[in-house]
Amino acid sequence: MDATFQFDWQAAFASIPHLLPGIPYTLLISFGGLAIGFLIGIVFGLLRISPIVWLRVPAVAYIEVFRGTPVLVQVLFIFYGLPQLLGGPINALVAGIAAIAVNSGAYISEIVRGGVQSIERGQREAGLSLGLSRRQTFRYIIWPQAFRRMIPPLGNQGIISIKDTSLFSVIGVGELVRQGQVYIATTFTALEVYLMVALLYLAITLSLSFALRQLERKGLVGQ
Amino acid sequence: MNHDKSPSTDAPIVQLEKVNKHFGSLHVLKDIDLEVAAGEVVVVIGASGSGKSTLIRCINGLEEFQQGHIQVDGNDLVPYGKAAKALQKIRTEVGMVFQQFNLFPHLSVLDNVTLAPMKVRGWSRKDATETAERLLERVDIADQASKYPSQLSGGQQQRVALARALAMEPRLMLFDEPTSALDPEMIGEVLDAMRELAHEGMTMMIVTHEMGFAREVADRVIYIHQGEIAEEGPPEEIFDSPKNEPTRNFLARVLKH
Repeated sequence: MDATFQFDWQAAFASIPHLLPGIPYTLLISFGGLAIGFLIGIVFGLLRISPIVWLRVPAVAYIEVFRGTPVLVQVLFIFYGLPQLLGGPINALVAGIAAIAVNSGAYISEIVRGGVQSIERGQREAGLSLGLSRRQTFRYIIWPQAFRRMIPPLGNQGIISIKDTSLFSVIGVGELVRQGQVYIATTFTALEVYLMVALLYLAITLSLSFALRQLERKGLVGQ
Repeated sequence: MNHDKSPSTDAPIVQLEKVNKHFGSLHVLKDIDLEVAAGEVVVVIGASGSGKSTLIRCINGLEEFQQGHIQVDGNDLVPYGKAAKALQKIRTEVGMVFQQFNLFPHLSVLDNVTLAPMKVRGWSRKDATETAERLLERVDIADQASKYPSQLSGGQQQRVALARALAMEPRLMLFDEPTSALDPEMIGEVLDAMRELAHEGMTMMIVTHEMGFAREVADRVIYIHQGEIAEEGPPEEIFDSPKNEPTRNFLARVLKH
C-alpha cells in the first residue's frame, strides 16, 4: 500500500454535483416500488390469512418465491429475461421499480399479516357484537390498529429497499451507484466517491427514519 | 327487510331448543333448552369451564353450535355462521359487554360509542353524539368523553363499554363476566350501572360470579354444570334451597368467603 496516499477531500466534494443526479432515480425507484409493494402487500397479506384455501395458497407461493430469491436476480430476470417473452425491451427504470415492488411486496405481505394477526380477538368480537359487518369491523377497528403496529417494520423494509436499489446499477439505470461508477471511470478517485455515495444513502435513510419516528410518536395516543 | 320492533310481550326474546356445542371431542353444551322473556333478568352461574360463557356467546353468534335451534327476537340464528346478513341483523339488536371490556383503543371514548350507531344504523354524527353524551352521562363518565380508553380505569372502561352497547338501543343485553377483570374497588360502580339498567326493564343475560348481585337483581338464576342446565329458578330458591347436589357443592364453594 502506498503510505503517502492522502484522502483527497477536494476530490470528494467535487464529486457531489456529479452524484446528485442519481438521487431522483434512487428515490423514484425506491418509493415508486415501495408504494406498489405496499398495495401488493395489503392484498397478499390479507389473502395469506384468508380462511379460503385457494386464496391462501397463491399468496403463500408468491411470498415464498419473491422472499426466497435475490432482488438482483429478480431485476435481471425482469430487465433481460422478460423482454424475450414480451418481444420488446423494458425500460430500466420500470424494471427497477417493478423489482422493488415485487420484492418488497413479499416482505410487506408478511408485515401486514403479522400486524392484522396481532390484534386481539376481542376487538373483532366487540365490532361484530355491535352489528358491524365483517368488512366494517376490519376497516374501522382492525386495520387502523394493525397499521400503527406495522409502521416500525414498514420503516425497516423501506430502508432495506432503498439500499437494494444500489444493485440496479447493473441494468444501467442512472441511480446513485451508477453515477458514482461513471464519475470514477474518469477520475479514478474510488475511495472519495464511494464514501460520498455511502453518505448520500445515509442521508436518505436517516431522513426516512426520522420521518417515521415522528409518525410513530403521533400515533402513540390511545395505544 | 321490515322488522317490527315490538312483538307481543309474551313472545320470548331468546329461545334455545336442544342446543349442542362441541369443541372437538369436548361436549361443551348439552341439550340446552332455555327461554328468556322480554324484560327478564337471567343470571347464569357455574364453575369456570362449565360452558356458561359459551352459552351466552352462542346467542349472538360469537360461538358456533352444532345441533339445535336458537331464535333471537324472532330471527333464526344459523348455527354455522354462513348467513352473515342474518347474523349481523341479530347482533344489531343484541348488545354485549365483555370481561376484558374490548374498547377500541385507537378511538376516543365518544367515538367508541358513536361508531356503530353511525355505521350500522346510519345515524348522523350529530344524532349519534347526542345519544352517546346522554349515555355517558348516565353511566357517570361524560367528563371523560374525549379521552382514550387507555387513560381510564378499568371500572370506567367497563362503563364506557356498557354505554357503547346501549347506544345501539339493543333489545337484549349479554354480559360475559363483566366484573371479573376489575379491581375490587371498581366492581361496585359497574354493578350499579347494570342494576339501574335492570330496573329500567332491559332484558339481560348475565354471566357472573357476583352472587350477592345475582340474588338481588335476577328474576331467574340458571346453574350450569358440565354443559347442562343443572338447576334453575328464582334466586331465593337457588341460593337458599338448592335442589341438587352439584348446585349445593358449587354454592358452598363460592359463598364460603
